[in-house]
Amino acid sequence: MSVTVKIPTQLRSVTGGEAEATVDEASTVGEVLDGLYERFDGLRDRIAEDGDLRRFVNVYVAGEDIRFLDGLETPVEDGDEVTILPAVAGG
Amino acid sequence: MSVQALKCKECDERYPLDARFVCERCFGPLEVEYDLSGLDADETRRKIQAGPPSIWRYADFLPFERPPRTALSAGITPLVRADRLAERLGLREVWVKNDAANPTHSFKDRVVTVALAKARELGYEVVACASTGNLANAVAAHAAAAGLESYVFIPADLEEQKILATGVYGTNLVAVRGSYDDVNRLCTQLAGEREWAFVNVNLRPYYAEGSKTLAFEIAEQLGFELPDRVVAPVASGSLFTKIARGFQEWREVGILDGELPRFNGAQAEGCCPVADAFEAGRDVCRPVRFPDTIAKSLAIGDPADGPYALDLARRSGGGIDSVSDEEIRDGIRLLAETAGVFTETAGGVTTAVLRKLAERGEIDSDERVVLTITGEGLKTLDAVRGTFETHEIEPTVDSFESAFDGAAAVTADA
Repeated sequence: MSVTVKIPTQLRSVTGGEAEATVDEASTVGEVLDGLYERFDGLRDRIAEDGDLRRFVNVYVAGEDIRFLDGLETPVEDGDEVTILPAVAGG
Repeated sequence: MSVQALKCKECDERYPLDARFVCERCFGPLEVEYDLSGLDADETRRKIQAGPPSIWRYADFLPFERPPRTALSAGITPLVRADRLAERLGLREVWVKNDAANPTHSFKDRVVTVALAKARELGYEVVACASTGNLANAVAAHAAAAGLESYVFIPADLEEQKILATGVYGTNLVAVRGSYDDVNRLCTQLAGEREWAFVNVNLRPYYAEGSKTLAFEIAEQLGFELPDRVVAPVASGSLFTKIARGFQEWREVGILDGELPRFNGAQAEGCCPVADAFEAGRDVCRPVRFPDTIAKSLAIGDPADGPYALDLARRSGGGIDSVSDEEIRDGIRLLAETAGVFTETAGGVTTAVLRKLAERGEIDSDERVVLTITGEGLKTLDAVRGTFETHEIEPTVDSFESAFDGAAAVTADA
């Protein structure tokens, strides 16, 4: 199985410019992110703090905010798209 | 000039003054940083009073090297003493800041005129926004006047008046099937991939600065004095926190003396993530998935500046309250009947929260209170439909007198 992760422009300096990454062998959003942290040095510190997401980071699975699902425990399935976005827009 | 850099509100990292809104180190929001140490209070006050009748009289506190030329301006809206409203609520002194008196009839003209000036300075040819309605009106109008192409993204279920008052300016109007938060997410994604100036996404740090001018005007119109309390609506929390920031900057320069006013935020019960977090003592907001309120301009379920709005309400000794749709309608009527100001639903929310505070006895008898009215009643006409009676009569005196039997005519020989 594999999940596609959309990387926002603000994080591409640590993904070598990649706008998209695929993660295999993950069953939750947390595991997807762990997969990214292993691959991209410095990514964890940018969006996570004390094991949780920083407060201005939003993550979506198939367009739904994970805070309306099970947070980092939200299950992911083969073909899902996970989107990371800054939370400081709008209004 | 006083403008210095963009600075992260979370970790203080600094960035150049270009089109960015997020700290790359911690994802925190960026804010414009100024060095106000070179400003003399008396001289700045004189310069302001001799300045143009628009927000550009406060150019020393806006993010430009020199005041830009704008096609459509904003600001210098009336601050009206509302004695009849005060009397009705048992208060001593209430002032209504009527920001419906802007070119597109809401406070959004302030933020958009700043954002578009910055967009032009940075060389953008296309501007865009995610809007709950008032911003849509303002971006479409200011872009038209400036000769810029614009894309305006709104939730598809917006009030018809706000849709019509946007489309008329010849913008690319995009009605998204979803909530405001869906629109906002889409625009955040688009902003990352396009060379467009999204006023409230990649230009948000500059855009938000425009809201400080509300504070500057209130203080100037009070004779360079601070009010004791400000009641203002909270959607994203940006306006609410920037009013405080404006007062704070003038206190720093010495233009104003005294304590920061108490800040009371106003939300609608159908979408009140900040009021809920305030009541629960939390410092972050739980987002609202399906906002359901007649105050659509405040229907932001995931407020970007929620944590800062909470902090401001707490440290200023104010609060954040919410009111029902019924109270919102009553608030609109109360303001109209006592101050002659017809506001949209957001103003109904703000007025209803003022009433709530007064009824709870939270406002001291010697306080000077400013009620911030951010938008125009003609944009949300449905909210007042059915709240009053129309007397339909035949065109005869008898018919009139039978409809108004208490309004007896005064005869000539009486």
